[in-house]
Amino acid sequence: MTLLEVTDLTVSFHTADGVVRAVRGVSFGVEAGRTLGIVGESGSGKTVLTQTLLGLTPGADVSGRAMFEGTDLLALDEHQMRAVRGARISVIFQDPLTSLHPLYRVGWQIVEMIRAHDKSVSKKEATERAVDLLRRVGIPRPEQRVNDYPHQFSGGMRQRAMIAMALSLSPQLIIADEPTTALDATVQAQIIDLLLRLQQDSGTALIMITHDLGVVADIADDVMVMYAGRAAEKAPKRDIFYSPHHPYTKGLLESIPSSSAAGSRLRPIPGSPPSLINLPSGCKFHPRCGYVLDRCLTEEPGLRPVSPDGYHSSACWLPLQAAGLSERAEELRAETVREGRGEAAAEVFDAETAEAEGSVAG
Amino acid sequence: MSTADPDPATDDVLVKVDNLVKYFPVRSAGLIRRTVGQVQAVDDVSLSIPRGKTLGLVGETGSGKSTLARCVAGLIPVTSGRVTFNGRDITNLSRRAMRPVRREIQMIFQDPYSSLNPRRRVGAIIGDPFTIYKTATGAERKRQVQELMERVGLNPEHYNRFPAEFSGGQRQRIGVARALALRPQLIICDEPVSALDVSIQAQVLNLLADLQQDYGLSYLFIAHDLEVVRHVSDSVAVMYLGRIGESGPIESVYGSPRHPYTVALLSAAPAADPDAAASRQRIILTGDVPSPIDPPSGCRFHPRCPKAQPLCADQDPPLEVKAGDVPTHLTACHFPVEAGENLATASAATPAPGRSEVP
Repeated sequence: MTLLEVTDLTVSFHTADGVVRAVRGVSFGVEAGRTLGIVGESGSGKTVLTQTLLGLTPGADVSGRAMFEGTDLLALDEHQMRAVRGARISVIFQDPLTSLHPLYRVGWQIVEMIRAHDKSVSKKEATERAVDLLRRVGIPRPEQRVNDYPHQFSGGMRQRAMIAMALSLSPQLIIADEPTTALDATVQAQIIDLLLRLQQDSGTALIMITHDLGVVADIADDVMVMYAGRAAEKAPKRDIFYSPHHPYTKGLLESIPSSSAAGSRLRPIPGSPPSLINLPSGCKFHPRCGYVLDRCLTEEPGLRPVSPDGYHSSACWLPLQAAGLSERAEELRAETVREGRGEAAAEVFDAETAEAEGSVAG
Repeated sequence: MSTADPDPATDDVLVKVDNLVKYFPVRSAGLIRRTVGQVQAVDDVSLSIPRGKTLGLVGETGSGKSTLARCVAGLIPVTSGRVTFNGRDITNLSRRAMRPVRREIQMIFQDPYSSLNPRRRVGAIIGDPFTIYKTATGAERKRQVQELMERVGLNPEHYNRFPAEFSGGQRQRIGVARALALRPQLIICDEPVSALDVSIQAQVLNLLADLQQDYGLSYLFIAHDLEVVRHVSDSVAVMYLGRIGESGPIESVYGSPRHPYTVALLSAAPAADPDAAASRQRIILTGDVPSPIDPPSGCRFHPRCPKAQPLCADQDPPLEVKAGDVPTHLTACHFPVEAGENLATASAATPAPGRSEVP
């Protein structure tokens, strides 16, 4: 059953410098009990996307639909949204230090959360629930720690407290926005382990926003790769990692240092992500793409299925079969480039190569 | 990056650190600021960096890796111990005596947004080292700066631009150009790519590798990303609470880690490979890194260690070669991890002492 179905979501902001087109027509669904990983670099629109769902982007131009349990989240007014936000859908933010109020005790903040949504719960009951929640997320001696202030918690414990708060009203969906980015490796492992365990227990759906492909490999069922405000590729996890179709996804995977290629040169994606105010024409990735074709300069590809079952889709003009890291796929891509690249695209490609080599010129 | 052979006895050693200790005093509040404790940021650390090679330094927040780097660079005085550079003792030199050494040791910082003065033009930022050391002025300085810009992959025509006009990756290149200006022998890279996007990280890592090859640079490379460290380093030192837990050639330490902390750290690092992630035995350490003001007795890792025994709380294990390892692979552990041993099950069998003893 699809819990959340987002259709053609578009978000833009009017600023003094021009219109920032943060999200441009993104559609996706999240099934109950599953985890969707949203991957993208800074400025790809992944955070704006989810904040818009919760009405956290005031002043933005929003269009599209986001159906959650039969209601359109984008059509709710602030009062109605308050009943959803925190209770049905909750959020875990990246920085647990700034997300907790420094002057209130941790327990008080959880109690406030519970009582804001359900006045019938007494303070005593709510406190008991807070202690119980802190125990569930692995905080030692929760009866005492519930009375601590956030500064008395370490980074990992603060993130656990945030997770406890997110769980406090048993939501159907949790949106975790880079929940482990600010944490050390061993603590990150603890938090991911905790999220996986809690999800198994409660059957909550999870949207995991991250720039770290390693975290996605660990936790996601499905993955959406975003670039310049659009979904570049959407697929079940294994397809994204083992048979990527979009050159951006492929480029991301190839630019990560891995044990198999230790000591050899990395293959970075040339250039840097575009400004969302001044987007390139056609496919937004074309100025950095190694397979740029003539039509990429003028026509922006939409998501289309590249696997027979239709679960794997990609927004790229390369032929549908050109997915994966195999030699055959690479040959197919090269062949397409030979046929589809005229002078205009060749010029773009030469500029890219020049830039890539600029970093190694002696 | 050739095959590692970091035997300090035979290799040409550029930097040698012996028993380095750095404590920061903790003072009480109020008028009389009595010293009430010591933050033991770096405690008895020894290591060496061979000429032209890269030593990776790995550890979590508060492990003392940045403090160690600052001690090596002579930016802060050391409490005790010795730093030798090019065979010369540079520990706690006076400012004047340190000056000629400084140009040989440069730093690249983590955050390319805050490590460049936003009000100064790029040409001026990169040209500062020439001005300070009076090695080039006027047109000659501009020529050299533009040469550097080209070398690190920046457009020399952007000489008069401000840092805000560059992207994160380009700013980090500015930082690299500035560090490179005086042709140093050692560059200390403190998390040089962790603030950058994945696709940009690889560009900067490639640049650093090229520069090392061309100029024979040595790097002290600090990072928390274990795959990045593996990619760039010839040897590695793993720090925990101010101490080195394990050090040695990169392949040996990553291939057969002996310290339980190294094993846990390696198992915790997320790999961008779903099948590997699913099959891996992940060791989840309990708790957090303790405070360096009051570090645990004996082995500093024992309260979190899945293999801890009573001995670990009493005796500090020395950093030494364990049976079966190459002579440069050192481990500070009473009960080193054997090949094929499964720590994930050990954690359930032996509850860590010290933690359970607390009433």
